[in-house]
Amino acid sequence: MLALERLKERFGPAVLHTASAHGNEMATVERARSKEILAFLRDDAETAFDFLSDLTAVDYVAYPPAGREPRFEVVYQLYSTSKQHRLRVKVGVPEDHAEVASVTELWPGAGWLEREVWDLYGIKFAGHPDLRRILMYDEFVGHPLRKDYPKEKRQPLVRRST
Amino acid sequence: MESSSKPLRRVVLGQPVPADLDDEPLPTEPMTINMGPSHPATHGTVRIVLLVDGEFVQDADVQVGFLHRCFEKESEHATYTQVFPYTDRLNYVSPMLNNVGYALAVEKLLGIDQQIPERAQYIRVIVGEMSRITDHLTCNGASAMELGAFTPFLYLMKAREWLYELLEEVSGARLTHSYVRIGGVAADLTAGFADKLRAILLKLREAVRDADALLTKNKIFRLRMDDVGTIDGKTAIAWGWTGPCLRSTGVAYDVRKDHPYLTYDRFDFEVPVGSRGDNFDRYAVRMEEIQQSAKILEQALDQIPAGPILLDDPQIVLPPKREVYNTIEGMINHFKLIIDGIRVPPGEIYSYTEGGNGELGFYIVSDGTGRPYKCRVRPPCFTIVQTLPVLIKGRQIADIVPTFGMLNMIGGECDR
Repeated sequence: MLALERLKERFGPAVLHTASAHGNEMATVERARSKEILAFLRDDAETAFDFLSDLTAVDYVAYPPAGREPRFEVVYQLYSTSKQHRLRVKVGVPEDHAEVASVTELWPGAGWLEREVWDLYGIKFAGHPDLRRILMYDEFVGHPLRKDYPKEKRQPLVRRST
Repeated sequence: MESSSKPLRRVVLGQPVPADLDDEPLPTEPMTINMGPSHPATHGTVRIVLLVDGEFVQDADVQVGFLHRCFEKESEHATYTQVFPYTDRLNYVSPMLNNVGYALAVEKLLGIDQQIPERAQYIRVIVGEMSRITDHLTCNGASAMELGAFTPFLYLMKAREWLYELLEEVSGARLTHSYVRIGGVAADLTAGFADKLRAILLKLREAVRDADALLTKNKIFRLRMDDVGTIDGKTAIAWGWTGPCLRSTGVAYDVRKDHPYLTYDRFDFEVPVGSRGDNFDRYAVRMEEIQQSAKILEQALDQIPAGPILLDDPQIVLPPKREVYNTIEGMINHFKLIIDGIRVPPGEIYSYTEGGNGELGFYIVSDGTGRPYKCRVRPPCFTIVQTLPVLIKGRQIADIVPTFGMLNMIGGECDR
């Protein structure tokens, strides 16, 4: 597909892996250059991914048979309203340094999506203007969508009067 | 903001009144006020913390999450079939569209999306478009009521109820249908369904026409909707807008037209777009989409073929009850599908459909077991609601109500 070729041609070794399955194109890119690569994909006239459709993360620590390294992947679903094509960009994120560059400067709509990933997976977004929890309450401890957070665990919200 | 009226005179008994007191401006300071989480003029549980200067909004912080039900976490522990009831509760005014969107994602991952029986595909279109109508009726009706127009609200809710009753007849539940299955749908359309739906569409068009006449020619409604909450197409795309809200800005992106799924490429319908991107355009786009959905429904009723409603594959579809109770093979098959779930080959998929609020995406990662390793839903109204501060900054508090209403925040979908 055109966007994948364009990406490989421009960034070469920073594009770690590409694949195509079920009509979806995807590319795994280097974490240190993720923002630069996403900016290119948005601004380049050939790719023109003006629309960040979704941003989420996956915790691969329990993926059979023995988990995957790095532990997390941040997943960007891109769409071009003019070219009508899609691309999934993935960035591997290790557990001990769970941080990627924020793309809120490229797409303001990433604001809440990145807050959600921080809230539920504990991945930080460097440069995010307002990285707070969004779905859970401020007093919540831990990141519930991590595979090692038990589903049965309960954290009732008790507000102590000061 | 400076007050135009003269400040109150401060008089302290026993002391002379200072002569220059009248020239002092009234001291004002911005005030933080809380709108919600349970506010009578916002349908949905959401808290908006406002920084206001008098009646004008300087800044706003929209806080969501009050309806968070751990959709993803629960789905990771449920079999693929058990996820359907959770999807009902996403956008709970158009549950069928969520059912269909989720089923298509899993079917693509299974590689059976081309084998779904044609009748099942038509049924999915029919129940989906009925759900889209109920979604738009609710949004426009409730928003009109919040602006004081109670009669159109009743007209539209009455019309919605006709559709709910018919959907209940088909699925057994008024709202939480859980009607779609991986490989088809749970039950065939009931006897006389087509005639009933045609009769409803006739009445529906009349009700929508009446309600629309009461609103578009109503000066109060227009003053509060026209040129309020304006946004242009480019900004809307950057904020992640889709669906009727994006189309109100003039961008004609509709998944049904641009990337047809099911049998949408066989229907003749238009994608209505607005021109100003204000609240009234969002209202008008939804009203017109109701008409277009009705048009699709009529064509689908004409075209729907006879035939099976479920795929014939014992790995995916439950055997008939007669076999489960009378044969050992049927019983084992049933047991495996219920306990282990449908085994989906390892891989990942992002599948997207046109939901009531826009692009409803499902990103599913499978590890080869009967339960999704990850089941992410892209909620269309989540990215739209975060734009509310942009739309209301500098406007009056009263403008929040129609603007928020037209964004159509559905708590179940936004907070998951």
